[in-house]
Amino acid sequence: MTPAIIYALTGLGLFVLGLYALIMRAHLLRKILGFNVMGSGVFLVLAGLGQRTPMGGPDPVPQAMVITGIVVAVAATALALSLMLRVVAATGRARLPDPHHD
Amino acid sequence: MEPSALVRELFAWAHADAAGLMASVLALPVLVPLLGALFAFVMRRWAAAIGLVTLLALLATVLLLIPWLLGAGAQGLAVGGWGAPLGVDLYADGLSLAMLLMTAVVGLGISLYAHSYFRADPIREQAFWPLWLLLLTALNALFLSRDLFNLYVTLEILGLSAVALTALAGGAKALVGAMRYLLVSLLGSLAYLLGIALLYHAYATVDLALLAARIDAAPATWAALALMSAGLILKTALFPLHFWLPPAHASAAAPVSAALSALVIKGSYYLLVRIWLELVQVQSDGVATFLGLLGAGAVLWGSIQALVQTRLKLLIAYSTVAQIGYLFLAFPLAAGTGGLAWSGALYLALSHALAKAAMFLAAGNLLRFGGHDRIADLDRVVQRLPLSMAAFALAGVSIIGLPPSGGFIGKWLLLEAALSTGRWGWGIVIMLGGVLAATYVFKVVGFAFTQAEHPHQAQRVPATMEWVAFALAVAAVLLGFLVAQPLMLLEIGDPFAAHVGGMGP
Repeated sequence: MTPAIIYALTGLGLFVLGLYALIMRAHLLRKILGFNVMGSGVFLVLAGLGQRTPMGGPDPVPQAMVITGIVVAVAATALALSLMLRVVAATGRARLPDPHHD
Repeated sequence: MEPSALVRELFAWAHADAAGLMASVLALPVLVPLLGALFAFVMRRWAAAIGLVTLLALLATVLLLIPWLLGAGAQGLAVGGWGAPLGVDLYADGLSLAMLLMTAVVGLGISLYAHSYFRADPIREQAFWPLWLLLLTALNALFLSRDLFNLYVTLEILGLSAVALTALAGGAKALVGAMRYLLVSLLGSLAYLLGIALLYHAYATVDLALLAARIDAAPATWAALALMSAGLILKTALFPLHFWLPPAHASAAAPVSAALSALVIKGSYYLLVRIWLELVQVQSDGVATFLGLLGAGAVLWGSIQALVQTRLKLLIAYSTVAQIGYLFLAFPLAAGTGGLAWSGALYLALSHALAKAAMFLAAGNLLRFGGHDRIADLDRVVQRLPLSMAAFALAGVSIIGLPPSGGFIGKWLLLEAALSTGRWGWGIVIMLGGVLAATYVFKVVGFAFTQAEHPHQAQRVPATMEWVAFALAVAAVLLGFLVAQPLMLLEIGDPFAAHVGGMGP
């Protein structure tokens, strides 16, 4: 097993773990954390599977993608957290009500 | 560098620039709303004026692109002069151009409406304009990009600004709707990004054109495409992944509802079509049939749900779920009919944008007028708010697909694609969806004529808000008269042609 494969499998594992939390956990903070774990998984796959250039150096393109992805994830997390606080203020609960129940 | 060498450099640069100047126009549909968003954010008191000027400039830019592309064919621009593998290329063909035009026209209508809608509420107004202009930036960048990772970034900007706009309405319903929308949107983006990671690993590029040349039917490719498609389908709210759409679209402020239903979902749909056309193509019958079946499910389930709603805005939102279904019928129907089914679906997307924006804006007027959107309590609005009701009915004509309207042409093309190849099943779904749509539109119109049991205090609705809704509805109907021009526009660069390469059987 090459290191690249280990990184990729770990990344996929994180993705699935985060996905589970995002869908199954009721608390919004856990959902948001789940999203972040998923994101880390994707970044690990991107960086881990990044090929070497013919010269032997690391390929910079996936690194650039990961940096951009982290920026996007930070912005999304900030929006999600502030939205969560507003939801708590408006409904008194940090979880989403059943959509068929209102 | 020697001074003379520097001058020579500059001359060479200026000379090359003159040739590339026209191509740079391609960047304007992204640049204009982005600058507008920044200015509207910094100069808050002038936000509305900046927004309206930006939309006019955007429409002018897109109109400028039309004759150029009609004459010169599809155009590309290597931004910053880097070129495909490393840089980000912009590319516009008929499909991109039609979407840009749709965004500019509907966007201008929504902006005029929002200008009146938010007038009494400066705090919301100042938050609305930068977000709305950013949303337009993201959409236009999405329609012009050819690089899958750049498309991911545009998808995220689109999703985040759409969520923030949804939350703008305030109140528990809108906030909860926005929160669910955000989580769904992020999940969709991450699935898409994981797909990109796998594709990059396999082919060392994320440029659509380069990928199309290199791609083959390896298992990793299928996994990547499945992840990306699943993410995009979730974002487009295709049945049965539509659960998040009605609460978000129905609880937002009227201009935001219109933008979400008319434009935002078209972004991820467009991307799905692009990926399909460039990378997958018609060979994979099973997948196409599967997408078509989901579409058929959406048409039937969305229409029935619309029919049982008691709130007007929820009814319109479920109607969007149904109309999204039609767009996916093109995937199976494209096999054997080529451009016909795609033209039909895209025609339907364009007319749905106009008609659904008109419907949500008209519903916003009724809501402002009566203070509620309970369908059964619409109190003789036909006499009291005739223009808005006419807008709703005319938009309904296009949603149902009655001639003459854009919706009719779109459905007709889809129907022709189904019947000319003897696939009656799809044809029946198309017809049945129309009948169901007629039922829910007439349900609303019927209640508009009757007197309500509990008459309510009426509020004045600004004339602009009524006329904008009406104009958009008329435009949706007019699309039924001008068929040749939009179809000619779609044909630029032959976006629906079967590409050489791609994943064969």
